[in-house]
Amino acid sequence: MELGLSEEQEMLKTSARDFLQKECPKQLVRQLDESDTGYSSELWQKMAKLGWTGLVFPEKYGGSGGSFLDLIVLLEEMGHNILPGPFFSTVVLGGLTVLAAGSEEQKKDILPKIASGDMLLTLALTEPSARYDAPSVKTKAVAGTDGHVINGTKLFIPDANVADYILCVARTKKGKNPEDGITIFLVNAKSPGVKGTLLKTLARDKQCEVVFDNVSVPQSNILGKPDQGWPTVKDTLQKATVAKCAEMVGGAQAALEMAVQYAKDRVQFNRPIGSFQAIQHYCANMVTDVDGARFITYKAAWKVNEGLPSDMDVAIAKAWTSEACGRVTLLAHQIFGAIGFTMDHDIHLYYRRAKAGEIMFGDGDFQRAIVAQELGL
Amino acid sequence: MDFRFSDREEAFRTEVEDFIKKELPAGWTEKNIYWPGGYGTLSEFEEANPHIEQFRHQLAERSWLNISWPKEYGGAGRTNIEQAIFHERMSYYRAPGGEVATLIGGPTIMLFGSDEMKKEWLPKIARGEARFWLAYSEPNAGSDLASIQTRAVEDGDDLIINGQKIWSTAAHVSHYAWMIARTDPNAAPHRGITLLIVDNQSPGVTIRPLTNICGSQSFNEVFFDNVVVPKKNIVGEKNRGWYYVMVALDFERLVIPIGGFKRTFEEITQYTKETKHNGQSLSQNPLIRNKLAEMAVEIEVAYMFFWQTAWMLDKGLVPNIEASVLKLFTTQLSQKLANTGMQVMGHYGPLERESKWASLRGRVQAGYLDCISALVGAGTSEIQRNIIAMRGLGLPRA
Repeated sequence: MELGLSEEQEMLKTSARDFLQKECPKQLVRQLDESDTGYSSELWQKMAKLGWTGLVFPEKYGGSGGSFLDLIVLLEEMGHNILPGPFFSTVVLGGLTVLAAGSEEQKKDILPKIASGDMLLTLALTEPSARYDAPSVKTKAVAGTDGHVINGTKLFIPDANVADYILCVARTKKGKNPEDGITIFLVNAKSPGVKGTLLKTLARDKQCEVVFDNVSVPQSNILGKPDQGWPTVKDTLQKATVAKCAEMVGGAQAALEMAVQYAKDRVQFNRPIGSFQAIQHYCANMVTDVDGARFITYKAAWKVNEGLPSDMDVAIAKAWTSEACGRVTLLAHQIFGAIGFTMDHDIHLYYRRAKAGEIMFGDGDFQRAIVAQELGL
Repeated sequence: MDFRFSDREEAFRTEVEDFIKKELPAGWTEKNIYWPGGYGTLSEFEEANPHIEQFRHQLAERSWLNISWPKEYGGAGRTNIEQAIFHERMSYYRAPGGEVATLIGGPTIMLFGSDEMKKEWLPKIARGEARFWLAYSEPNAGSDLASIQTRAVEDGDDLIINGQKIWSTAAHVSHYAWMIARTDPNAAPHRGITLLIVDNQSPGVTIRPLTNICGSQSFNEVFFDNVVVPKKNIVGEKNRGWYYVMVALDFERLVIPIGGFKRTFEEITQYTKETKHNGQSLSQNPLIRNKLAEMAVEIEVAYMFFWQTAWMLDKGLVPNIEASVLKLFTTQLSQKLANTGMQVMGHYGPLERESKWASLRGRVQAGYLDCISALVGAGTSEIQRNIIAMRGLGLPRA
């Protein structure tokens, strides 16, 4: 058993924290949150130059051959600094799916562009039912003479407003088993019939409604095997779920650090409020939640990284992290008092993202249903 | 990062498991009522149980009472991860094993005791022949431990002890008190305390058992009336006892019956599969599924704290936040698990073990009571939070 980060991972962590603090101050975060694109192309190019967008891709595709665990380390730091933008959609939802299921030709075409910072991607899975399961995929793709025609509405699709390509999960066959007959299509976001609408959300994360209205997609744009796309989607969901946990852990860690610092500095009744036991116990509870979330997330990430069966571990990690990080940011608010209730203070940014993270890829109840199933109940 | 056991760790785990399965009396795991986290239902309190004696003797023969001690002191010379693996498997089967001498006394003597003291005590402890009870708490000094009043006054080569200890777990079945007493009443509270070993058989020692709310005699009040203790029984230096005790807390850190949580959870889960309501298993009920899944999640998180703490000890890091979190988290889990068991069992939950209708031999009702001791004993949850906040996060003292 070896539970520490490698030397390289420690370095990645430190340099990511330094870079983001310098290049993405909270002022910029707020600006991007309020913008329509939700990201800064200048910052994006800098991250690409650092090798972040290509971190997990093999060198032959223009990447730096890092592991999924390396990516988790980076995502934790991105969550710590609540970096806005389509990194998660492009690299985790898009890039990892292409890497896992794409043909050699598709990988050679797409991955280097992601790595160089020239292409943005996202995955369109959820629909108005807002569920992450196969029966909920109702968007239809019908085979024609030279490709498929897609019709349907996708909802809560992250960063579709800026994505160059959308991986659309569509039903190509109806059978007894809802997991059969699902195909993933690479859709150029500028194709005729694709209409994206930005949704305003609590966290100002850029979720979209994407309507596919008779969108034609050539045969060559099928990712992986036709009708057998679900295992790929499931694999991506596993990775994305752990990756979201990592972001949330980073956010909760930042909220804890901010609250502890404030508790040391803020004087009331002639002493720092951190000397009051009530505040101390809040902080202790926050540590318990953050550390627990981190350990359980890294265990799940390690299992995914090793390619071991991980359904149970991922569901456990997301169930715990979703709720723990919500508790942490709420307690942080309690420590900040009224100042935390202002738009001027940063803590609300973390509180908002904790809720967004909780819901994305399934909340605690959703994950516990998976855990119960895995327990053989 | 690698969450797998190494080959050596895996082999040891198998060895421990095989041993337990072979040597633990048949049906022991099911019969033993012990609730994870609690201090009130340990089988070790039953006096003169030949099975326990025999089992402990076999552990001693293998140096497994002292997994992580160096071999020269009678230990197995293994890592903290291996010690954790041992505790995990032992507690999973509710096997009797550790106590104060092996877990706290020995390691402290190794660190601070004189050569003479090491020679006298370590082999005895390693052989399981010297069992200690923790003589820290007093009627007016629980969480405020430094306010103890028991006095030890010098008299030639001896110390004369007068005072009272309380909540003395297993004092009635142990051989020696691992005691703190005040040796300098004029010094600051932390500076006048001495750590020493007192023989239970000394004239003037009176042990009076207290019955806990589970109905078991797990702890005692103990009176010291002019008890004579040779000065050679002082651990380290006089008046430095508080410091030793604080360091010795490190040694208690892995004493969490983590496997017991898993075992008990499995039994409750099994119960929901076998119990039907309106023709449907309880395990099909969405609310029950959610509750059980919640427990599974928390047990897994607890395991992470457990391994993390062991791993840190092996790396030479001091796990103070992690250790307190481990204690805080698992004792809360003890309570949650008991409540979940009660909710799942409904009317059957509160039945005592003697009832023919009792499920799981009344384990859950015992646990519902015993989890109180988990939250209070060995430093209350509030004290753990204080440690995390002040020692771990550097928040200021009041």
